[in-house]
This record gives sequence, C-alpha cells and structure tokens, in this order.
Amino acid sequence: MHARPVSRDLDEQTELGDVYLEGLMRAQLRLSVAVVALTVVGLAALPITLLLVPATRTITIGGVPFPWLVLGVAVYPAAWFLARWYTRQSERIEQDFAEVVDAP
Amino acid sequence: MSSPLSVAAVALVCLTTLVVGALGLRLSRRTSDFYVAGRTVSPRLNASAISGEYLSAASFLGVAGLIYDRGVDMLWLPVGYTLGYLVLLVVVAAPMRRSGAYTLPDFAEARLGSRAIRLVSSLLVVGIGWLYLVPQFQGAGLTLTLVTGAPAWVGGFVVMVVVALAVGAGGMRSITFVQAVQYWIKVTALAVPAFVLLALWFRSGSPAPQVDPSWSIPLSPSGPDDHPTYRTASTVLALCLGTMGLPHVLVRYYTNPDGVGARRTTVTVIALLGFFYLLPPVYGALGRVAYPSLPPGVRSDTIVLRLPETVLPGLGGQLLTAMLAGGAFAAFLSTASGLAMSVTGVIDQELLRPRVTRMAGGDVPGIRGFRVAAILAVVIPYGVSRVTEPLGLATTVGLAFAVAAATFAPLIMLGVWWRRLSTWGAMAGLVVGGTSATVAIGWTIATGPAGGWTGALLASPAMWATPLAVTTAVLVSLATPSRIPAGTRRTMVRLHTPERVALARSRIRD
Repeated sequence: MHARPVSRDLDEQTELGDVYLEGLMRAQLRLSVAVVALTVVGLAALPITLLLVPATRTITIGGVPFPWLVLGVAVYPAAWFLARWYTRQSERIEQDFAEVVDAP
Repeated sequence: MSSPLSVAAVALVCLTTLVVGALGLRLSRRTSDFYVAGRTVSPRLNASAISGEYLSAASFLGVAGLIYDRGVDMLWLPVGYTLGYLVLLVVVAAPMRRSGAYTLPDFAEARLGSRAIRLVSSLLVVGIGWLYLVPQFQGAGLTLTLVTGAPAWVGGFVVMVVVALAVGAGGMRSITFVQAVQYWIKVTALAVPAFVLLALWFRSGSPAPQVDPSWSIPLSPSGPDDHPTYRTASTVLALCLGTMGLPHVLVRYYTNPDGVGARRTTVTVIALLGFFYLLPPVYGALGRVAYPSLPPGVRSDTIVLRLPETVLPGLGGQLLTAMLAGGAFAAFLSTASGLAMSVTGVIDQELLRPRVTRMAGGDVPGIRGFRVAAILAVVIPYGVSRVTEPLGLATTVGLAFAVAAATFAPLIMLGVWWRRLSTWGAMAGLVVGGTSATVAIGWTIATGPAGGWTGALLASPAMWATPLAVTTAVLVSLATPSRIPAGTRRTMVRLHTPERVALARSRIRD
C-alpha cells in the first residue's frame, strides 16, 4: 500500500504518477473540446437558420435586423457565459485532482 | 478638418503614455521586472491591460470601416477577435502560465529542448510582430493627416518615438499600467461619440441607411466568383486560432500569478472585448446614413473619424472628433507598445544579450541591450510602413493572424496536449505552416485579390494551412519517435498540475 501522497509520484514521474497525470489531462481536454464544439455549433447555427428559414434574413427586432443582433450583440454575452462555465468546471477538476494526490 | 482640439487630444494621450511609463520606470529594478512585472499583476488589472493591448487600429478604425464598406459579414471579425480568447482560454491559458517561460521562443525551447526550434520561433515572433506593427503606424499616419493636415509620415513617427521611449524606459511593468489605462481611454473615446451620434440620429427621425440588400444579409456572394462562406469561415478560424499565436498576447499571460489567475483574467478579457465590440457597428451603420456611398478618394478606414463633423458641424463635432482621434492614438500606442515589447524581448535575448554577456556580464549591460533592442523593434516596421501601399488596416492585421494560426497555434496546441510531439515533427509543422501561409498571403498582396476558388484559398489560407501544419507535425512525430524530447513527461506534469499541489522537482520557481 502507498504510504505517501501521489503528488510525489507525479513529481518523480513514476508509472503511478503518470496514470494520474493522464487522467487529469484527459478530463481537462474533454472539457475544452466540449467548449470548442459548443462554439462551432453556435456559430454554424446562424447561417443554417438563415438558410432554412429565409424570413430570418430580413426580420427586424426593435428596428435592428436579426442577423445584426446575433452577430453584433448576442454573441458576446454567450461567449462570456461559456468562458465562465469553463473556468468553474476546470477549477473543479483541479480541486478534485489536488485532493486525491495530496491525500497521504 | 484641421482642429487644435484634436492635436491637443493626441498630445494628451501621448503624454499620458509617457508619464505612466515613467512611473513604471521607478518601480522596475530587476531584469525580471522588465519582462513580466515581477508576476504580481492582479487578474482585473491584467484583463484591462490585455484588452488595452489587443484593441488596435484594426478594431478602433478598421472594423467600422469594413462594416461600412461591406456590411454584416464584417461583424464576424470582432466575433473572431473575441472568440480567439475563448479558444485561448480552453486550450492554453493555464498551462502556458504554468510553463514558467517568458516568451513564445522560451516556451518552444522548454517544451522541445531544441535551439533550432527556438530560433525559428524567434524569427516568427519578429515577423508576425512587424507585420502587425505596420498597420499601426499607417493608421497613425492617416489619422493625424485627417485631423491636422500633417504630412503622412508624422503620425507613424510620433507613435514610433513614444513607443520606443515607453518600452525602453520601463519594460513590461510600465506597459501593464499603460495598457490598462488605455483600454478605458479607448472605450470612452469610442462610446461617448457613438451615443451622441445615435441620439442625433433618433432626433432626426431615425432614417434607414440606403443600402443594397446584400449589405445586411450574411454570406451573400458579391458575384458568381465569390465564395463568402469559405472566406468567412477561414477568416474566423484564423482569428480564433491566431490569437493564441500572437506574440504580444501570450507574453502577458506570464504576468498572471498562477494558472487559475490566467483563466480568470481571460474571462474578464472576453467581457471587456465584447463590450467594446458593440460600438464599431454603430459607426458602420450610421456611416451609411451619412454617406450612402464612399466619397471618391476617401478610405473607408477613416469613416469613424469623419462621421462626427459631418453629422454635427461646429464645436460639438470638433470635440467628438478630438475624442476619437485621441482614442485612435491610444489604440495605436497600446498595440504598438505591446508588440514592440515582445519583439524587443526576442531581439534582446536572441541577438544582443548573448553578445553583451560575453563581453561584460551582469544586470546593467543587459538592460542597456534591452533599450537598443527596443529601438530596433520599431524603426524597421516604421520604415516598411512608409514604403508599402496600405492594404486596409483590418486586412493587414488579418494576415498576421493567419500566419500565427498556421505556425504557433499548432505548435502550442500539440505542445500542451500531445506527449508524442517530437522535435522533428514540431519543426516540420512550423516550416510547412509558415511557408504555406506566407506564400499564399504574399501572392495575394503581390497580385491583388483574385476571383474564384484559387483567389479565395490564397487570400484566406487558415482553413487549409493550419490543418496542413497540424497533420505534418503529427505524421512526422509518429515517424520519428526517437526524437521525442526526453523531458516531455516532466514538462507535462508542470504544465497541467495545479499550483496547490506541491511539486519539489518539477516546478520552475519564478
């Protein structure tokens, strides 16, 4: 049985440390890929909507055309929310990781 | 449109930059202060500084001009500039901070342990930095000419001198304060006139802009030979990936206290940029109301500066123009100083420092070399800006993004996330990506925009050049497993392990 924290295995690059590192990187990468995928889907949604529902090309909301509202305004709060969500999730992954590897 | 108010505003912005820079000088003592402000910058200050540095002539003048000229599709540009930080956040922000490196070449060498890759990265930093500096000087020239009637060389010359003084005097510490102040100068200078112009527009009965339907419908082709969907998608990809590869952007992540701080800083950056980018479309659309078509001999880059005095003749218009001219100079100065800082760092470390150390050694000659490097970093692109014909501010900046997206972006992404990246693979990716992007862009600049697929592929190369670079790096790495750097595992531990986990051997102390 291991009587010392895993962080020393990480530091000394033992096989065990490597397994933990692999797990951390995979969890972080999965989160990052999810954010990028959401971004791509979000961006592609606009041209697809305009193509499938031609009325949205010229419809105006409060005097501003719909495509202008999406690209000029709505994108920015959406990006901010996504960024904040990512930051919280990745901090949680790191906190869980730290608790596991620092436990004696 | 000569106005003493505009001259006063430009002079005030230049003086503020120099005074705040001088305050930083009194605080900078050690060499590490010159590069990374001693790594004690708080996320909020750092976010203002990053945004201040990032919003250049292209964002302040160029985007509104392009929206005026070509309509809704140009709204994708600020979207791409902002999403670049989202991609940067999820791919590299925290690992890059944890790498403990000062500059992109430092990171490349630390990760791959190769002097040759360090050298190629250094050349790329200087190349991308200079390409990005040229439009800042050109923007300064056309702004000063428009508002004071001064000859075209004066504006760029003023920016060059102020930047060389600010960078050479205090290095990164002073630049951090300067950049943070300049974000707020820029937002105010663009927002106040925008609200006044909008109010005047409402009072005059909100006349609709006289435009072609294709101006306000996304992705409508301008002719049978145009491929707007490819063009737009490739440009957005270049901006999203290019941001992380811009030398003046990543260097600022080294001033965060830790990886978590680097992420929080980026979230605030996205908010600050998003707020700023609400403004340029106002100028683009109101520009169409005031000028249904571009007057002959007028560049669309000057629409922002021309609008107030067209709509509001007299003192009010002059005041607003003066604000915009001051804000535009804040944009040129902040981006140019950030770029000059990075290019200076590379010239100092790669060219001057080794020689000076061999001759004398110690800290003081190091700082003298830094100042010589600061002058070299700005004089050469200023010379280039005087002999090349301006392409349009946002277009030239887009080229720098495309080169960064095809070179540093693959290197950083694979370097941070893929353990099997070999030295040869990384080098092959840099060379293939760099060559193809440079040739495509050089061809477009030399022969002018061509129609059809050839023209589209060459003018917006990111969509094929970046995947080509990544594929090359991966295939060559898989073929040369013996060239995987010996320290890869230790580097990965350092890049990804949170700071709260104590690592005695893997961590690099600041």
